[in-house]
Amino acid sequence: MSEPNNPESPEARDDLPAQHDDAGDLIATRRGMFGANNGGDTSGYGGLVRSVRLPGATPRPYGGWFDEVADELEGALDEQGLVPENVIGKTVVDRDELTFHIEREYLPAVARTLRDDPALRFELCTGVSGVHFPGDKGRELHAVYHLRSITHNRLIRLEVSAPDADPHVPSLVEVYPTNDWHERETYDFFGLVFDGHPALTRIIMPDDWQGFPQRKDYPLGGIPVEYKGARIPAPDQRRSYS
Amino acid sequence: MTPSPTSSEASPARETTEGTVYTVTGGDWDEVVAAAAKSDDERIIVNMGPQHPSTHGVLRIILEIDGETVTEARCGIGYLHTGIEKNLEYRTWTQGTTFVTRMDYLTPFFNETAYCLGVEKLLGITDQIPDRATVIRVLLMELNRISSHLVAIATGGMELGATTIMIYGFRDRELVLDIYELITGLRMNHAFVRPGGLAQDLPPGTVDQVRGFIKKMRKNIPEYDKLATGNPVFKARLQDIGYLDLAGCLATGATGPMLRAAGLPHDLRKAQPYCGYENYDFEVPTADTCDAYGRFLIRLEEMRQSLRIVEQCLDRLEPGPVMVADKKIAWPAQLAMGPDGLGNSLDHIKKIMGTSMEALIHHFKLVTEGFRVPPGQTYTAVESPKGELGVHVVSDGGTRPYRVHFRDPSFTNLQAMAAMCEGGQVADVIVAVASIDPVMGGVDR
Repeated sequence: MSEPNNPESPEARDDLPAQHDDAGDLIATRRGMFGANNGGDTSGYGGLVRSVRLPGATPRPYGGWFDEVADELEGALDEQGLVPENVIGKTVVDRDELTFHIEREYLPAVARTLRDDPALRFELCTGVSGVHFPGDKGRELHAVYHLRSITHNRLIRLEVSAPDADPHVPSLVEVYPTNDWHERETYDFFGLVFDGHPALTRIIMPDDWQGFPQRKDYPLGGIPVEYKGARIPAPDQRRSYS
Repeated sequence: MTPSPTSSEASPARETTEGTVYTVTGGDWDEVVAAAAKSDDERIIVNMGPQHPSTHGVLRIILEIDGETVTEARCGIGYLHTGIEKNLEYRTWTQGTTFVTRMDYLTPFFNETAYCLGVEKLLGITDQIPDRATVIRVLLMELNRISSHLVAIATGGMELGATTIMIYGFRDRELVLDIYELITGLRMNHAFVRPGGLAQDLPPGTVDQVRGFIKKMRKNIPEYDKLATGNPVFKARLQDIGYLDLAGCLATGATGPMLRAAGLPHDLRKAQPYCGYENYDFEVPTADTCDAYGRFLIRLEEMRQSLRIVEQCLDRLEPGPVMVADKKIAWPAQLAMGPDGLGNSLDHIKKIMGTSMEALIHHFKLVTEGFRVPPGQTYTAVESPKGELGVHVVSDGGTRPYRVHFRDPSFTNLQAMAAMCEGGQVADVIVAVASIDPVMGGVDR
């Protein structure tokens, strides 16, 4: 259904105004306003549809030293007999930060290359941060790694995703032992299973805790509070403008 | 007739699959000791903490000891988890600073600044932050570095039994806390640094008080040298203890004084300057001893360097705004001292309630709803007294953070505890942990 005269937004229809921002990757679609999703639509905005988009893939050149790192990484992967296009899903440059989206099965190979290749030398991993995108079907759970090169004074980001149905990501403890606790923390809060971790157990929450608290479908909890006669709902029940 | 628990018939030891378990009921110590001596297996597991006074808050250390030698050491953490990262997702971007200041409660200004730098980068207003706000942020961070290092040295000394060091450290920290109280109104949990700038300007008299503090500290810091640096007992307890070399630091991700004690002059203020640190004149001290003594010397020297930076900050303070000019982001209310403490200024309330409906709507929208942050993610890192404090902020374009993750240096550095303690003496575990300077508020968040 792509329109030849409007190649940038293939989903746009002639009878609708263009979306505010069609660029980027769709991660969620929201309806209505004020986070009202229980009961009838009293806001009058029930028909409103908004798409949430994160910055999408960036074409070359990336600018600065980003191209050099990307070239070196692709070259080094080539030498190992890996096809860079299969390993690196996409490359995003946003706000002066370089992100490689890596296919999860290649993560340890990529991390080892980034650490050991003399032209890359990302010696320090600052751990892993999980992000949960329930609306990003098939890629619900993201693991985000930030690697720092002290030698070259650079910082890059690796991002891998796993579906909710198969929440497995290879562990990086072999390559970066510092990720031991960080991966346990991400498992604890998001339920991402890091295959190959020496002892993947809960670290912050009690061992017998049920559920993964940082997932978006896990409620914050809390009780309503009376203040000067008014009943203030718990924080996760309050009006949301997001 | 049931046998009384203290009678000699009651068995003090019970065989289980886990080994011998002793039930100590009082008055039976001789039996327990005799039974333990009989056993071939000298392996004893000792729980140190989470309420042990020398484990820096609610840190639990599980030690396997053979006589006085530690054969295995493990950490149990999570006792101070308060769900700050989850809570942030249910508040506005501005309210977030009230939460992050409580993470590592000894370095509140670093938490606030790192978080605000991240939010500002997502907003794309990094260049619009007024100079005065940035200089005050640096001033507060460097004062905070001094107060954090003072606590590290003070508690470290106390854990050795050197209570004089503790008294000195807390005496000097009190001077810093007085400055915080003057500037922010609070001794901790300030929430003073806000996305876009600061909550308010410096009150009158601040510069004089800080100058007086610098003068006093220049006199007090040599006292630590006189008391500890050359002290043979102090050196005997710290030297070659908690050894972690450069390879060990990078493998375990240890940064800050631990990394610099291994000889690498890595400091984010020099490597990746933020808040204009490239314009300040200061040195990055290092040591090549890889031990607790080297970390002590580095902390001491960093306090001297921080005093230099604080002095330069005072010279650079120019009158001006402390919040971005963009009214879509800047907090609308002006703070003023009222009869019941600090609150919204009466002039502002008079304006929004009496004369300007638009100003009232603007105030209401910005305070209840907050501002929107364009979608994306960013990682900002600052050099906290403990090492690299990184913040991963993700926005989905809404008025609340989608995800905020703190890479707290205490959390990462504490992983090195096993490598630093195993094979050493039980008493040296205390010194090694103190030289990491973990703060459980930051570890557990």
